[in-house]
Amino acid sequence: MEYAELVQESIGTLVVNKLRTGLAILGIVIGIGSVIALVSLGQSSQQAIQSQIQSLGSNLLTVQPSGQRSGGVAGAAGGGTTLTLEDADAIKNSSTITTVKNVSPEYAGREQVVAGRNNTNTQVIGVQPIYASVRNVTMSQGSFITDQQVSSMSKVAVLGSTVVEDLFGTGANPIGQTIRINGQTLTVIGVTASRGGTGFQNQDDIIWVPLTTAQKQLFGESYLTSIAVEAKSAEVMVDAQNEVGYLLLARHKLTDPADKDFSIFNQQDLLNTVNQTTGTFTTLLAGVAAISLLVGGIGIMNIMLVTVTERTREIGLRKALGAKKKVIVTQFLIESLILTFIGGIIGIGLGVLASYIYSIVTASAFVVSLQSVVLAFIVSAGIGVLFGWYPAKRAANLQPIEALRYE
Amino acid sequence: MIQVSHLSKIYNTGDVETVALDDVTFSVQKGEFVAIMGPSGSGKSTLMHILGALDLPTKGSYMLDGENVSNVADDDLADIRNRKIGFIFQAFNLLPRTTTMKNVMLPMVYAGIPKSERMKRAQKYLEMVGLGHRLYHLSNQLSGGQQQRVAIARGLAMNPAILLADEPTGNIASSQAAEIMAIFQKLNDEGHTIIMITHEQDIAIHARRIIHIRDGKISKDEINRKQKRIQEQ
Repeated sequence: MEYAELVQESIGTLVVNKLRTGLAILGIVIGIGSVIALVSLGQSSQQAIQSQIQSLGSNLLTVQPSGQRSGGVAGAAGGGTTLTLEDADAIKNSSTITTVKNVSPEYAGREQVVAGRNNTNTQVIGVQPIYASVRNVTMSQGSFITDQQVSSMSKVAVLGSTVVEDLFGTGANPIGQTIRINGQTLTVIGVTASRGGTGFQNQDDIIWVPLTTAQKQLFGESYLTSIAVEAKSAEVMVDAQNEVGYLLLARHKLTDPADKDFSIFNQQDLLNTVNQTTGTFTTLLAGVAAISLLVGGIGIMNIMLVTVTERTREIGLRKALGAKKKVIVTQFLIESLILTFIGGIIGIGLGVLASYIYSIVTASAFVVSLQSVVLAFIVSAGIGVLFGWYPAKRAANLQPIEALRYE
Repeated sequence: MIQVSHLSKIYNTGDVETVALDDVTFSVQKGEFVAIMGPSGSGKSTLMHILGALDLPTKGSYMLDGENVSNVADDDLADIRNRKIGFIFQAFNLLPRTTTMKNVMLPMVYAGIPKSERMKRAQKYLEMVGLGHRLYHLSNQLSGGQQQRVAIARGLAMNPAILLADEPTGNIASSQAAEIMAIFQKLNDEGHTIIMITHEQDIAIHARRIIHIRDGKISKDEINRKQKRIQEQ
C-alpha cells in the first residue's frame, strides 16, 4: 500500500471527525504559537535595549569620580570632585595613550529651568563640541555648541526634545528664545533629534550648555562629573580602559589601584550584562512556551488514544480486511503528523502575527528568527511522531477478533 | 477448497481449560453453500474465527485454497484474509460516514490495486448487489439491509476463495433478510463458495449443506435436500 493512499485515508478520517481534529490541532497551535511569539518578543526587547545603549555612543568608556571618602564612609559614586579638565586633556594628549579617539569632559547637574511661565527640573550638562560625536547627538534644529562658545563662556543652550515640550509646548520652535537657569539667562541655539530613550534614562530630557558656562556661571565648580572616552575600536576597549586607568592613577599620585578615586565604566560590559540578562529572559520565556508545547503534545497523544479506543471496531475491521500492522501504525502516525503539521503551520502564522502586533503596539523592532520557526516546526513534527507512536502501536496490536467484538 | 482436519481450539483462562473446538474434521468443495449451525456456546464462532484466519487453532490443520493456515505470523494472516476471504459480519462493520464506493474499495486499497481498477470493480459489485444507484451514499444513510449488501460487495471485491458470513441477517429485518439470502443463492449459482454461520434454522435452510455443531464437535453434517430457494423480484 502506497504512502499517498495512506495519507488520503488519514485525511479522510481526520475530515470525518472535524471536532476531534480541531481540538487536537488547537493544542499544537497554542504551543507553537507561544514559542514563536515569546521568543521573538524576547529577542525584540533584547535588540531594543542593545540599540538604545549603542545610540548613546559607540566604544564608550565613562570615567567618573569615586564617592568621596570621609572617615572610612564611602559617598555615592560620581559624587567626588577628583576629575579635572586637566585629566581630560592629559587623556587626549598623553603619549602613553594610543587607543583613544576622542575625549569629552562633562559637568552634569540637575537644575530647575524656567522659560516664561513654564518650568521643569532637568539635567544640565556642560560639554565641549566633541560631545556630539562621542555621545552620538544629532541636531533637528539649529546647531550644537561650538569651541568659540566654550572659550567665550557664551550663555547658550541646546535642548532635548522633551525639554522643548516641557518648556515651550509640543511642536514649538524655541530657537532664539531664552531660558533661565540659576538666575542666568541663556539663549536657545539648537534642539537635538529625539533619541527615544525611555527606560533607565530619558536621553531627550537634557539641556546642553558650554562646559565653561556650566562650571563657572551655573554651578560655580571647577571639577568634572565625568569624562567620556571614545576608544578607536571595540577591540581595544579593554586596552583603552587600562591606559586611561594607569594614566589617572599616576596623575592622582596613587600607587595602589585599590585606592583609586575614580571608576571607569565600559559600555561593552554594560552591553554584555544586558545581553546576558535579556538572554536569560528570552530563555525563560521560551521555557514557559515549551511547557505549553509539551502540553499540546500530550493533548495530541490523549486525542489519539481516545481515537484508538473509539475506533477499535474500525481498526479491527481494517485488520480483518487485510491491513498489516505496519499499515495501521503508519496510518495513525500520519494522522498525528498531519495534526501537528497543520497545527504547526497555523501556530507559526499566529506567533508571527502576535509578534508583529507586539512590535507595532510597542514601536519596537519586528524580529522573528528563522531559527525559532524552523525549531518549532521540527519540534511539532517530533511531537507528532513521539506522541503518536504509542497510540499507533496500540492500534496495530489490537487483535481483530477482540476489536470486531468491541461495542 | 477448505480442508479442516482434527482441529482443536483450547482457551486457557487461568487454571480453567475451555475446549471450544474438539477434534473437528470436515472439508468444503469449491462452489458449495454451507451453513454452520449451532446454539450459542457451541463453538461455531470459534470455528468461524479460525476459518476466517482471524485466529489460529491450538491443534490440527487448516488448509484454505492450497495454503496452510495453521501456524502463520500476524501479517501473513492479514494477507491471507485480504486475498482469500470475503467477510460479511453481523454488524455490517462499514466505515462510518464514508461512501459505499470507498467502503467496497477498502480491501483493494490494502491489496495495492490501482485506483481506476478499484473504482471499476467496486461499481461492478455494487451493481451486482443492487446498489448501483447508491454508489456515493454515506454508509450511515443506508438501511440495515442495504448496509449488508454493501458489505457483500466489499466481500466480493478481492474475488476471494470463500465468502464467510457470520450471522449475516442477525441485525436486519426479516423482509430484508430474504433479499440477502437471495443474493447469496445467486452468487452461489454463479460459482462462489459460501460459508454461513448462523443459529437460526430459518436462515440455515437457504444453504445446500448444513453442518451442526454442538459442544465443539460436529454433531451432524447433512445435504439440505429441502433448500429454500428465493426467487428474486
